[in-house]
Amino acid sequence: MNLPRIVITGVGLTAPNGNSLAEFRKNLLSGVAGIEWMEVRYMGRLLAGVCHYDPLKYQTKKEVRVGTRAGSISIWCAREAVADSGLVLENLPKDRIGIYIGCTEHGNVETENEIFAISKFGYDTKYWSHYHNPRTVANNPAGEASLNLGVTGPAYTIGAACAAGNLGLIHATQMLRLGEVDQAICGGISESIRTFGIFAGFKSQGALATHEDPSKASRPFDKARNGIVVSEGGCLYTLERLEDALARGAKIYAEIAGYGVNSDASDYVLPNPVRQAECVRKSIANAGLTPKDIHIVNTHATATPLGDIQECEAIRAVFGEGCPDTHINNTKSFIGHCMGAAGALELAGNLPSFDDLVVHPTINVDDLDPACALPGLVLNKPVRASKVDTILNNSFGMLGINSTLIVKRFVA
Amino acid sequence: MTNDECKKVVLDIISDIAPDEDLSNVKPDVRLRDQLQLDSMDFLDIVMELRKRHGIEVPEADYIQLASLDSCALYLVPKFNALAAKS
Repeated sequence: MNLPRIVITGVGLTAPNGNSLAEFRKNLLSGVAGIEWMEVRYMGRLLAGVCHYDPLKYQTKKEVRVGTRAGSISIWCAREAVADSGLVLENLPKDRIGIYIGCTEHGNVETENEIFAISKFGYDTKYWSHYHNPRTVANNPAGEASLNLGVTGPAYTIGAACAAGNLGLIHATQMLRLGEVDQAICGGISESIRTFGIFAGFKSQGALATHEDPSKASRPFDKARNGIVVSEGGCLYTLERLEDALARGAKIYAEIAGYGVNSDASDYVLPNPVRQAECVRKSIANAGLTPKDIHIVNTHATATPLGDIQECEAIRAVFGEGCPDTHINNTKSFIGHCMGAAGALELAGNLPSFDDLVVHPTINVDDLDPACALPGLVLNKPVRASKVDTILNNSFGMLGINSTLIVKRFVA
Repeated sequence: MTNDECKKVVLDIISDIAPDEDLSNVKPDVRLRDQLQLDSMDFLDIVMELRKRHGIEVPEADYIQLASLDSCALYLVPKFNALAAKS
């Protein structure tokens, strides 16, 4: 079957260490992390990845007040992506634009805030906000973006835990190929640091990172890793069919080469390396490639003691020793775990490698865990690759949702 | 409470719920909706903030009384004074 080719033509992002692709990439190459101390309700000072974009660039104060953080991040990323793409929304049929935003979860922040608010009034629910429902519906982030941009095409979220960022891109690719829309704004976002529940949950699970130095806290593959740093963030792309992008002379960052999505069907939280490997293999086959054709593998590894080992096991099973041109890295070591945004953001951080042939490292590996040793693992310092024509991005999530996305250098 | 004090209370609330609005020239006898970007959710905010900040209840049937600053004062001042008398 000859499917339309889909390309990335715009990137908009906010990460704990950068509010544009250029700033983000610069920090990934110079070893600058973005983790800081943050006061969390009921829990005190905790480590978190906090974004510092200016919401008022694209929203009124009232929109910020009425909306959610997830909505605000979505608006920022969508507007930045559209501006970067050169698409002029005013000249486009708005009903032919789709907004597909992956998110880990939605509604916890507002629910926690409301319960806290009514606790000041003896839990009398007449003090419960009338904004609660529009703020907590699962489509809120995409809906706020559609309102802000005036997009009247399909706009909804895709719930896929921490695999969601990739799913946003994958779903958009499918919708473009089906001809459902002509342009897609897609990727993933997360507001998760605004809820204490995610911190408390990981802490109860024994999976919340601690370190006296925030920039050293997220340390996938290091022997001393002790859990996840929770972060917020977002990254949305504009995707188009190749012929449309070429017709308007768009800048093309990369072409969607292939993808794989599957489920572990084995545990609520424990990853399953057999299914992860299956997902990676599926994506490579879908792209019409072999493992040795993959030049960068961006891992999902979140710095939990077991999860990192299991992903390494999956990667080892697929790539083994016979892939000399394959480099492996990890972006969470800089920005923590941006949850629903993770896949989309981590892909973005690697896209410039098509131009500069440099692979950003995994930082904070002072003592590599032998169980995480992989050929081609890029540790602490960037490396120059002989070629970068393909990037494979892993994102896995709770309840066993796995997603792998491969993009390739665009060649006409 | 005087009418002017009551109008200030309402304007303080509006400044929080409609932070982009210029409130320096709000005409007291003109409907708030006709001079400010306020929608029905914003009026619910005014009702909620009166409840939260001042313990004033505005039943749904009386929402219309909040149309302008003048009508707000006319309707709310007796409520504020009754509340003050109780405490």
